[in-house]
Amino acid sequence: MKLRIDNARLLDPSTEQDITASLCVEGNRIVAFGKVPDDFKADEAIDASGLWLMPGLVDLQVRTGEPGDNACGTVASEARAAAAGGVTTFCVPPDTWPVADTPAVPELIRRRARQAGQAFVLPIAALTQGLEGERLAPLHALKNAGCIAASQANRPIRNALTLRNAMEYAASHNVRLMLKPLDVDLADSGVAHDGPVANRLGLPAIPASAETTAVATLLLLAEETGAKIHLNALSCARSVELVRDAKARGLAVTCDVAAHQLHLSEMDLMDFNPLFKVLPPLRSLDDQRALRAGLADGTIDCIISDHTPLYADDKLLPFPQSKPGISGLETLLSLTLRLVESGELTLMQALKALSRNPAQLLGIDGGSLQPGSRASFFLYDPDARWTLRADALLSAGKNTPFEGWEFSGRVVGTWFLGKNVFKPASQDA
Amino acid sequence: MRLTEPDIQLNAQKKLRHLLTLEGLKEHQLTEILDLAETFFDPATGDLKKVPLLRGKTIMNVFFEPSTRTRTTFEIAEKRLSADVVNLNIATSATKKGESLLDTLWNLQAMGADMFVIRHADSGAAHFFARHVAPHVHVLNAGDGRHAHPSQALLDMFTIRKHKGDIYDLKVAIVGDILHSRVARSQIQALSILGAREIRVIGPRTLMPSHPEALGVHVYHDMDRGLEDVDVVIMLRLQNERMSGARLPSEKEFFRLYGLTEKRLARAKPDAIVMHPGPINRGVEIDSAVADGPRSVILDQVTNGIAVRMAIMAVIFSNAAQLQQQEREA
Repeated sequence: MKLRIDNARLLDPSTEQDITASLCVEGNRIVAFGKVPDDFKADEAIDASGLWLMPGLVDLQVRTGEPGDNACGTVASEARAAAAGGVTTFCVPPDTWPVADTPAVPELIRRRARQAGQAFVLPIAALTQGLEGERLAPLHALKNAGCIAASQANRPIRNALTLRNAMEYAASHNVRLMLKPLDVDLADSGVAHDGPVANRLGLPAIPASAETTAVATLLLLAEETGAKIHLNALSCARSVELVRDAKARGLAVTCDVAAHQLHLSEMDLMDFNPLFKVLPPLRSLDDQRALRAGLADGTIDCIISDHTPLYADDKLLPFPQSKPGISGLETLLSLTLRLVESGELTLMQALKALSRNPAQLLGIDGGSLQPGSRASFFLYDPDARWTLRADALLSAGKNTPFEGWEFSGRVVGTWFLGKNVFKPASQDA
Repeated sequence: MRLTEPDIQLNAQKKLRHLLTLEGLKEHQLTEILDLAETFFDPATGDLKKVPLLRGKTIMNVFFEPSTRTRTTFEIAEKRLSADVVNLNIATSATKKGESLLDTLWNLQAMGADMFVIRHADSGAAHFFARHVAPHVHVLNAGDGRHAHPSQALLDMFTIRKHKGDIYDLKVAIVGDILHSRVARSQIQALSILGAREIRVIGPRTLMPSHPEALGVHVYHDMDRGLEDVDVVIMLRLQNERMSGARLPSEKEFFRLYGLTEKRLARAKPDAIVMHPGPINRGVEIDSAVADGPRSVILDQVTNGIAVRMAIMAVIFSNAAQLQQQEREA
């Protein structure tokens, strides 16, 4: 199967090229970028005038609900949502049920992903057995079973010695660690950022220090042990500063931010709406500004969806009791490109944070349109205006706080390994 | 930025439909309730009257957290208004059997409730219930987590007004565990709305919210300085569990630093009154000599609580009737 896409604005973050030309695909690979080889006879040609073509997004944090104990979603349902959002590769954190601490779990996830055939799904190993933070999980076996990294998901290791040992062991087997910085003692029973809004609403609060002290601990231990660490879902201004300093000192640390943290803040909690409950919590507007600045200056490497599909019932509870999380796969791109519209990021910076940087830190092929790359990309109509409706999301989780938000620009076709895996419903007929 | 939803405690005529919090309410909305509460006292005897205002209405007191005083005064208030009263102590029933909170609520609604008086351990619980009740059903927040306890704050305002006249121009000190107190949050809002000249909170940093300026209060860690020249002293109950989380060393040290004694009270204005939402811990936050002394209005607060709760319910049902009237005419 040979595919030719003509007249698209080709945006390649791997080379920073931005040209309007043709892209040629043969089988599952890109074979030509820009100029069509004389001997290339396409089976199908698409005129993409007015559309942008970008490499498929790489999302470092996507929960699918599978395997799960009556959890919302499956690998297949969330891979469909991913395709609709332009995401062609995603990592699955180990807080599945059962936990990804035996090879059976990543094997199951990868099998389901192959059956779905819509995206590369990369399981992340549990760093400790049962994510309990006490005994190491079999990291080497899990790596052989296809785990791309190891993590504690939302359940950080409490004991610093255990954490240090886990880092040393991971470093000896070259296992990358993806860790969410959180001191659970400081977070206590908190459900919202410790700021004026939580003070007024009487919501048990999580101070910024619950994250910043954990960032400092992780950076110092990584420096001492030589472990490769990636920090997930930063939410505080001081965390960004700590990582900036560590990078300036030459530490090989990377980090990401969840797209919703770039647009929402503690101010959104005023009605106790559980759809705005996330972990880490929505912070202050100053934190939000610092996160955006950290992206612009390269301190923050990647933007994630931190996708967590939940049933409606999981949110039909008073705020403190409701489950944290946002169904974010289908808003990741639009929320990020808003920062391009507002001039805070360049288009290339945004695309790097969404595809090239995460692919590079995982050591996989991705974020490139150059010949030889995997043919995983999407077409985007920059002029399409649309309004987000939760019930129109393809994800099994309709838990989005962005109901009614208006976006300009939308994915109009996604290809995974040369195969068209998504086109909007309106074009089906 | 997202627009917040319209204030869910107001109806289409911008009048109280539920009472969830005092935040965002106007001065006239508070004084309407306080003025009405006064009319429930018999001017000759000073006793509370029984009135037929809520005849035929069913009010359910749904308490997910134990309470004696608040629940009892609500029940008396409801009976004085001639409503049919049902008391439910949910902490020991349905939710233990695995029924969801909403199912519990909807079942009670199907039994014909016109109003829920709800107490729950989670901040925001009253908002949650208000969002999910049928249009004709009202929610009165009788305390949700650390968030709000608006009827308590209103009865406190009623008591202050009765003893001190106008709240405008008063200096008020609230002493103790502000951080965990829904009573303090609602009192601070009520005092701000009614224009109190100065609101002080007194206690150690471990019992203060992190951003007191967001509440519009002045913080004092020194009790003697904090009480200087105030007109009203409100003491809060200290919960035992504050000692376990290293927020305080001991009850004894707390009493030495923040306990209200006659000697400390001498710092306040000579005619200052002493209040406490109850139940009091003698010798922990307040000395018996003060609690039982001439400047204490603690028991008066309890009596006033009945009248004020009657007034809140009467206003809410009267607003509903007006809205119905308008809809019929339209």
